[in-house]
Amino acid sequence: MTDYRQKYKMTPVLGWLLQDRGGMILLGILLAGSILIPIGNLMFPEGSAFHVPTWVLGLLGKYLCYALLALSVDLIWGFCGILSLGHGAFFALGGYAMGMYLMRQIGDRGVYGDPVLPDFMVFLNWKELPWYWYGFDHFSFAILMAMLVPGVLAFVFGFLAFRSRVTGVYLSIITQAMTYALLLAFFRNDMGFGGNNGLTDFKDILGFDLQSDQTRCVLVVASALMLAICYLVSRGITQSRLGKVLIAIRDAESRVRFTGYRVEYYKLFVFTVSAVMAGIAGALYVPQIGIINPGEFAPAASIEVVIWVAVGGRGTLYGAVLGAFIVNYAKTFFTGVMPDFWLFFLGGLFIAVTLFLPKGVIGAIPAFGAANGGPGAPGNWRDRLASWRANQGGKA
Amino acid sequence: MRQDFSPPAPGRMPHHSFRRFFLPLFAIMVLMLVALAPQQASAFSDEQLRQNAEQLNAKSSTKKLDVIEKMAADGDPRVAAILEAMLDGDLYASKADDKVVIGKKQGKVWQHIDVVSGAVTGESGSADLDKIRINNRLRGALRDALATLNLFSPDLAIRRAAVETVMDTRDPAMAPLLQRAIERESNPDLLARMELAKATMALAAGETSQERLDAIDILASQTTPQIRAVLLQFVNAAEAENYDPKVVAAAKDAVASVESRLKMWQTGGDVYRGISLGSVLLLAAVGLAITFGVMGVINMAHGEMIMIGAYTTYAVQQAFLVFWPAGIGWSLAVAVPVAFLVSGGVGVVVERLIIRFLYGRPLETLLATWGLSLFLQQAIRSIFGASNRQVVAPDFMSGAIEFSTGLVLTYNRLWIILFSLIVVGGIAAVLRYTAFGLQMRAVTQNRRMAGSVGIRTGYVDALTFGLGSGIAGIAGVALSQIDNVSPNLGQGYIIDSFMVVVFGGVGNLWGTVLGAFSLGIVNKFLEPVAGAVLAKIFVLVALILFIQKRPKGLFALKGRAVEA
Repeated sequence: MTDYRQKYKMTPVLGWLLQDRGGMILLGILLAGSILIPIGNLMFPEGSAFHVPTWVLGLLGKYLCYALLALSVDLIWGFCGILSLGHGAFFALGGYAMGMYLMRQIGDRGVYGDPVLPDFMVFLNWKELPWYWYGFDHFSFAILMAMLVPGVLAFVFGFLAFRSRVTGVYLSIITQAMTYALLLAFFRNDMGFGGNNGLTDFKDILGFDLQSDQTRCVLVVASALMLAICYLVSRGITQSRLGKVLIAIRDAESRVRFTGYRVEYYKLFVFTVSAVMAGIAGALYVPQIGIINPGEFAPAASIEVVIWVAVGGRGTLYGAVLGAFIVNYAKTFFTGVMPDFWLFFLGGLFIAVTLFLPKGVIGAIPAFGAANGGPGAPGNWRDRLASWRANQGGKA
Repeated sequence: MRQDFSPPAPGRMPHHSFRRFFLPLFAIMVLMLVALAPQQASAFSDEQLRQNAEQLNAKSSTKKLDVIEKMAADGDPRVAAILEAMLDGDLYASKADDKVVIGKKQGKVWQHIDVVSGAVTGESGSADLDKIRINNRLRGALRDALATLNLFSPDLAIRRAAVETVMDTRDPAMAPLLQRAIERESNPDLLARMELAKATMALAAGETSQERLDAIDILASQTTPQIRAVLLQFVNAAEAENYDPKVVAAAKDAVASVESRLKMWQTGGDVYRGISLGSVLLLAAVGLAITFGVMGVINMAHGEMIMIGAYTTYAVQQAFLVFWPAGIGWSLAVAVPVAFLVSGGVGVVVERLIIRFLYGRPLETLLATWGLSLFLQQAIRSIFGASNRQVVAPDFMSGAIEFSTGLVLTYNRLWIILFSLIVVGGIAAVLRYTAFGLQMRAVTQNRRMAGSVGIRTGYVDALTFGLGSGIAGIAGVALSQIDNVSPNLGQGYIIDSFMVVVFGGVGNLWGTVLGAFSLGIVNKFLEPVAGAVLAKIFVLVALILFIQKRPKGLFALKGRAVEA
């Protein structure tokens, strides 16, 4: 590939932007979508060929949030080798922070008409708002919390885990245990987060009706732009010198440590950033879906995110976005047409991708696959089998 | 159970609580009667019985109550038939001669049955009979009286139940009757129980300090929540009414000693429940200890191997119902090897088709086996449907051992504890003493060397994975007895299983055993304090912290997985 930096003597930032063909395509699509989708939905009347129906807005918003979540997983898994099976927890925490704001916005329009307490608290006979609900009537505070809570949790969790060098599968299992513990906790009614039912029946956000097409358009555009921003941030991280260390950690952690790098600090940084992104994704997800409940903490949900990344192609960032769209579109399609088939498909996808497409869809496209420095496995399954055969004697 | 003898505040009296208020009154009356009347013979003469029965037709129900008490206190077996008829509304006064008879409808006419002899003395239409009316007060008194009369039943079980009733009501009016029952009782167990009942009554009714002290002495040696309640109640009464300080002190000592022994039993119960949970965890985890612990394969479909075992149990049971319904008791025993073969077979196929391509890549293995678990769940759901399937417990697994201290050991849990130990012992033996176990250990320790001395390492891999999966299938047989057999059965165990294996130390069977039992016990000790869900969360958080501290588990061993 031509080295544009050499050719046009560009600044490093523009350089890594222009070198990144997939990223440019992604950003272009996101930008175009941000402009065209609201126009299609608001300007063109129903029935017109250019009309974008409201249900498409809902789906797109959902996919964009999932894509952001997948991006955050790819950032740590694809570039630092941390396979988190608990990223759904950060997503859900961000979602709960936003959900709490939206609950407070309901005000006295709830079923019980209490000006302060959300319906479920009145139902549980609570007399006053628990302390941790204070401040959530301010939008900015809720947004801050949607980033801060997942970030702090990831920081503490990561600090403990990385400092004691819990790596690989062990880390995956304890992240899964973390989200499982949170799942159990949020199911409890006395946690004060609506228990089993979670938070729902939202009315409006910042005074705008959540059901109106305009608000939905704004939310979709916000999701697209946030995805673009997070993509750029992630890309920036991975292209920086810090990113090089991260990739080195992914490929040979001990060697990096012996070279004198504090591996745990690098990991901790990228893990926390990733968790914050997941939190933002959750915060954008909840107003568009209209509900947040403990089901989002389910370990199965977090593992599903990993398969999005794997399908798209880990270690490419835009591949994660692509994977999230492909798998979730397939899910929408199959659960609508033949619901029984969906789990067969998803299960088969897990197996097929790990066996035959270790670099995902992106890796299978020659124009992208060759150019990318993804994880070192060969791209097609015949090579894979050959290398495995060659290694048969070597594993001990 | 009555807590005190004082009448409830007016207006608050619950409508069933007439016994609280009235029984003490009868008690006093009967006591007076007993005190005044010359000592009665142990049974009524015919004449006395008839006289008493005639009095049941009294106008006022208070009078009727007196008579019922008097008759019951005698213990004559014939009284039971009369009182039973009265309770059922079959006791009549004949209008012709004003005699009390038991009426029995025979076609269109009513037979008159003599209350003393039990012979049919005549018959008439219903117009000639006046039913002896009873109200709720009388019904209650009749039931109590009948219960007490059962003390003299020839059937041991009925006598035993009657003694328990007396213990529960602790009605002092029953004291003389109980004394008579004690004199007649021959069964030593029941006699001891009766003496205890007598002591509880003596405590409530005792007049002198010595009587009370004697009663406390007997009660203090007991270890049941019931006796604790009796003693506590007495302590409260004693303090309120300024009994002899010696009595109060003795009662308090007795409460403390009963309490401390009960606490020990409580702790023992927690340990037992913890071991029971631990055995379930152990069964779920022990297969994983082989696939993950020995081979280093992160098998997220492990729970589904358990589920397949449970469904195999169900399928075997259905097959028995069709082909050999009489032998249904054998279905579980047959299911054990079948489940081992089915799950093990699935395991071998999975190893050959998927897992062998992923050795050395644990994260990919994790994802692929997770996909496999989704696949298997949906497959089972398509075959058997999404709803729970019923697996019937064989006779030897139903029922329970109950201790008077409140501890209940159900047979199915006991069997599962035993079964889990047998399974672990079996695996240890296979690993230690069989050629396959030797090859497996050889391949684990040094694959290339094992290969060069002629071990077919690929086959050993497949069989090892099959063994781990087969054991998961056996676990499924056991878990089908205590859990819902549904396609989601396995998911509930997967995280716990990994926790147990990681906690115990990867590649170490005894670590897994210890890990399972200690997690189970810790969980059950936390439960009364924190509640079931919080206890589980605490254990999970503690485990996460523990893994940070000792990433390789309690007993770290070297194996293929450790370096991966």
